[in-house]
Amino acid sequence: MQNILTSLNKALSLIISLDREIFSIVLLSFSVSLTAVFFSSLFSLPVSLLLALKKFPGRSFIVNATNSLMAVPAVAIGLVIYLLISRRGPLGVLGLLYTPWAMIIAQAILATPIIISLSYRTLERFGSLVRETALSLGASGWQMVITILKEAKSPLIGGFIMGFARVIGETGMTMMVGGNIKGATRVMTTAIALETMKGDFELAIALGIILLAVAFVVNFILQRMQGAAS
Amino acid sequence: MEKSSLSPFSVRWQKIIVIILGLMVVSYLFLSGVLLILARRGKKPQLTLTTTTSVQDSGLLDALLPPFELKNNCKVKVIAVGTGQAIRLAKEGDVDAVIVHDPVREEMFVEEGYGAKRYNFMHNDFVIVGPEDDPARTKGEKRGTEALNKIVNTKSTFISRGDDSGTHRKEKELWKLVGIEPCGTWYIEAGGGMVETLRIANERRAYALTDRGTYIAHRKELDLTILVEGDRNFYNPYSIIPLSEEKYPQAKYELSMKLIEFITGVEGQDIIRTYGQKDYGEALFYPDGSGLIERK
Repeated sequence: MQNILTSLNKALSLIISLDREIFSIVLLSFSVSLTAVFFSSLFSLPVSLLLALKKFPGRSFIVNATNSLMAVPAVAIGLVIYLLISRRGPLGVLGLLYTPWAMIIAQAILATPIIISLSYRTLERFGSLVRETALSLGASGWQMVITILKEAKSPLIGGFIMGFARVIGETGMTMMVGGNIKGATRVMTTAIALETMKGDFELAIALGIILLAVAFVVNFILQRMQGAAS
Repeated sequence: MEKSSLSPFSVRWQKIIVIILGLMVVSYLFLSGVLLILARRGKKPQLTLTTTTSVQDSGLLDALLPPFELKNNCKVKVIAVGTGQAIRLAKEGDVDAVIVHDPVREEMFVEEGYGAKRYNFMHNDFVIVGPEDDPARTKGEKRGTEALNKIVNTKSTFISRGDDSGTHRKEKELWKLVGIEPCGTWYIEAGGGMVETLRIANERRAYALTDRGTYIAHRKELDLTILVEGDRNFYNPYSIIPLSEEKYPQAKYELSMKLIEFITGVEGQDIIRTYGQKDYGEALFYPDGSGLIERK
């Protein structure tokens, strides 16, 4: 118990003093995961719109596939990415393995089914509400899409945040493709794993507290948004 | 309910059947879990051994421990972590014995009263590996420090374990001998096990210090070659230390000593000598433990 308390104490002073190593690790975590969610949304949003507003053959198959992809373990995604981008893999010439880009790619792929699945349901709900009104007021197809996006703004952002929360907390996959290189690909979760392996719990606890705080803030925003939407 | 008319059962019966099947699966899983835990408990005495990832990754323990377990009707649980955590776990009395390769810290561990005694039972050596084109021209260099100097001077990329492990400590010791505090873009701290560090070196076409065993075990998947070897500083002894009997009465000292007797005895030393020859064409470790314990 004494042990935990002294470690906790040191951890808090590390956070308060804005320790440089912690700061750079937290910064990298955020920039990698935010970039991943950004790239994922570039793909996810149009796909969700298509799924929500258009009927086409294979649509229900895609919806089902997305839902099942949500359950794929992250390390499996990590393994596939690893095999693709390692030097002996088909994309090896790009030299992406063990760079932040590798982590971004893996995290974006992990976030995509979550974001699609959540956004598609939201857009479908809002679509059915808005569509008739917008069309009867003489709106063009594009105007209608923009109106739906505007209306569904907060739950959509909620979906992105869910994706973000999932990927920023991911460890095994990020370690596999990122390599946990100091100052280059070391993020909060991989740093916690490493420091615990080293038996240095202070830094690990400090980062754990920050991760927990992130989870709280994310949850708080989500609740607020759901409140605003309903 | 048009769909249900196609099925021989009504919707209601389908639901009941699904629920019954579900309950059966859940209770089966639950019961088998309980039975497994009950079966594992008691009976056999257990020894908990913590070791570094490099020992675990080599696979040696999978060859060394089963015959011991069979002989003494016990079970050895291996926890593979970094050297730092291995020693921390031992200090907190969570294990019965440790196998590590960091002589300085091992001696401290014994001197401070945590460990009973160090038993050096095998060794291998460190080597510097790198890409075949060898941009720093280190090949054939007899002294490790000279090779590191060349790597620094040419600013060739070097991957460090960076995890405070035995290998990392050895590397830091070598840098101290060179008289350089390594930093800069050419010096990359991997923060992972030996295998990951070698993989990163492979990806970056960089140099790394590794124990020979791990390198040999993973040679096939790497485009790295041994460039520097045979330096006296590269000696890498492995020891096993049982926890002090006085300080940790709950630790299984007697069983630990039986394990040490086995490892340093003829049978254990033979397993170490031959391990790896079949799969990799050469041994990963060299035994040097015989005669450590007076036999009764």
